[in-house]
Amino acid sequence: MTNEPNSYRTGPDEHGHFGLFGGRFVAETLMPNLLELEAAYAAAKADPAFAREMASYHTHYVGRPSPLYFAERLTEHVRDLAAAKGGSGGARIYLKREELNHTGSHKVNNVLGQILLARRMGKTRIIAETGAGQHGVATATLCARFGLECVVYMGAVDVERQKPNVFRMEMLGAKVVPVQSGSRTLKDAMNDALRDWVTNVDNTFYCIGTVAGPHPYPGMVRDFQVIIGNEVRSQIMDAEGRLPDSLVACVGGGSNAIGLFHPFLDDRGIEIFGVEAAGHGLLTEAHAASINGGRPGVLHGNRTYLLMDDDGQIIEAHSISAGLDYPGIGPEHSWLHDVGRVNYIGATDAEALAAFQLLSKLEGIIPALESAHAIAKAVELAAERPRDHIMVVNLSGRGDKDVSQVAEMLGSHLS
Amino acid sequence: MSRIDAKFAAVKAEGRAALVTFVTAGDPNHDTSLSLIKALPGAGADLIEIGMPFTDPMADGPAIQLSSQRALKGGQTLAKTLAMVAAFREANSDTPVILMGYYNPIYIYGVPRFLADAKAAGVDGLIVVDLPPEEDAELCLPALEAGIAFIRLATPTTNDKRLPAVLAHTSGFVYYVSINGITGSATPDFAEVGVAVDRIKAHTHLPVVVGFGVKSRAHAAEVAKVADGVVVGSALVDAVRRSLAADGRAGTGTVESVVGLVKELAAGVRDGQRVRA
Repeated sequence: MTNEPNSYRTGPDEHGHFGLFGGRFVAETLMPNLLELEAAYAAAKADPAFAREMASYHTHYVGRPSPLYFAERLTEHVRDLAAAKGGSGGARIYLKREELNHTGSHKVNNVLGQILLARRMGKTRIIAETGAGQHGVATATLCARFGLECVVYMGAVDVERQKPNVFRMEMLGAKVVPVQSGSRTLKDAMNDALRDWVTNVDNTFYCIGTVAGPHPYPGMVRDFQVIIGNEVRSQIMDAEGRLPDSLVACVGGGSNAIGLFHPFLDDRGIEIFGVEAAGHGLLTEAHAASINGGRPGVLHGNRTYLLMDDDGQIIEAHSISAGLDYPGIGPEHSWLHDVGRVNYIGATDAEALAAFQLLSKLEGIIPALESAHAIAKAVELAAERPRDHIMVVNLSGRGDKDVSQVAEMLGSHLS
Repeated sequence: MSRIDAKFAAVKAEGRAALVTFVTAGDPNHDTSLSLIKALPGAGADLIEIGMPFTDPMADGPAIQLSSQRALKGGQTLAKTLAMVAAFREANSDTPVILMGYYNPIYIYGVPRFLADAKAAGVDGLIVVDLPPEEDAELCLPALEAGIAFIRLATPTTNDKRLPAVLAHTSGFVYYVSINGITGSATPDFAEVGVAVDRIKAHTHLPVVVGFGVKSRAHAAEVAKVADGVVVGSALVDAVRRSLAADGRAGTGTVESVVGLVKELAAGVRDGQRVRA
């Protein structure tokens, strides 16, 4: 589709829709809660005291702003790649260092906003779902900071492959519930979190970890994440005196990506790339690329691109990275795909694994496997672009949590 | 008069509440499930709810989750569920059939095609858990236009301010979910249920049925005292599970054991009648 709207930044509408996508597809029990949340968030958003409180914690607790770092050796690397193909290109690559935030990823930006909101609403019990554990750790951290009860739902399969984060959450005082239903991964953790919320509507705040779920979550979580792109706008002006030419971020649910993209959506000359997890390849059945391999449907409170079979049954996603292992994507991304503003491409498990090692060796930065998907495609795209092209890649999380998994995989490759 | 209206009128004339039974289509397999559905009216079920299985039943507890998984593993699809209703209708023309489930399989089947096929199969009503009034344009309004009732859930969180919106396009009957929670969980406080039913009845002339947490003859009798109907679901699909052989295959006793429980529940709604009269 090519129908260009006047602005790409006005969504959602009052019903929570981004074009066809979004909405409030939930059980009646939750509707009063969603309406209460929507009203409370609207009030907080209009209250300068809320913004001041958040800004203070960003500075003193999270450690913002996160640096925008010129990746000199990665840039040299892409220039070598371009030269090897007989070209003279190779874009300048900047990394937005979200992995330096407290708790090690961009997730804390959103959790801080939601926990401050929960406090305003007088909620005393916080629940969350988590895949890789980054959102769970961020939630457990802020619940510890504010003395709130915290219950984190995590697929039993993910509990096994992300043990260090399970220990971190427990150390922070959270209760981690291994989810045994369905495929025992992130989507099932979200189902069980929703079941908990339906049961404990009065005192419980559901802190969703990405730009998905029923309205108002997708827009609210985005608002808490756009600090990433807003900082990039001023940082790149300081560094280069102009805006970037392209943006790249990995997309599972898509909160780090929308956080980087959103402030630039109306700068129409900027190319924007969202990188989905292509698993074993988009032509196989083992991937987590909802846009490239799925179609619009309804799950977890919103209409969006989903992986499903011909009967509308949800298919298990696959990715090397637990944080991208989800059969859906945020509804705003689905809309940005349909209107053609953002290009959604895929990086395979193997490409992410190679990028994980590449960034570690060239820049001394071990990226999260999620972020390694963005690095993989950024290297390819940068090699095809001229030397005066400026590319910003969101380094959404650090890879400490993935080191043992990667070591195991490389070991099995070598043997 | 619709089949649903006629049934509630007939039951009311007997001075008792209706028994509404829920089973999942295709659980534990297609043939056993169809035999079971056909046997329900004879056992005392006044209305039949048939679950359309979905991979991610977010409002359901473990009993119905497992039941959906068994059905999907057995190859159940929405098309097969509609065919089951048509097969049921060949021998039964007065028991209302309500399809219950989640929106995605219907959305993927295609709303106009689904409504046409459901009507042709003899479906009387729909309960779609993840379509609140805010999403009425999706399926509720087209269903009403197609002559299929859209039955809404009201819950303890549905306050007086919200109730009119919930009831606005509800037809057939109102399903009061007696607890905040998922299916098959805690047993409700029956005194509070009576208060809630009266509150809803102040806003509507539709029959009000009550479900969630009703497991036994005694529970059915308690609810029958205060409501127009009693819904039992998790207890029945749990009976299906218990009847299965160790390897999960359908035993010979599945239909008999569920039918046995339905007969007890049917006696329960009649016990409630004596107290109410």
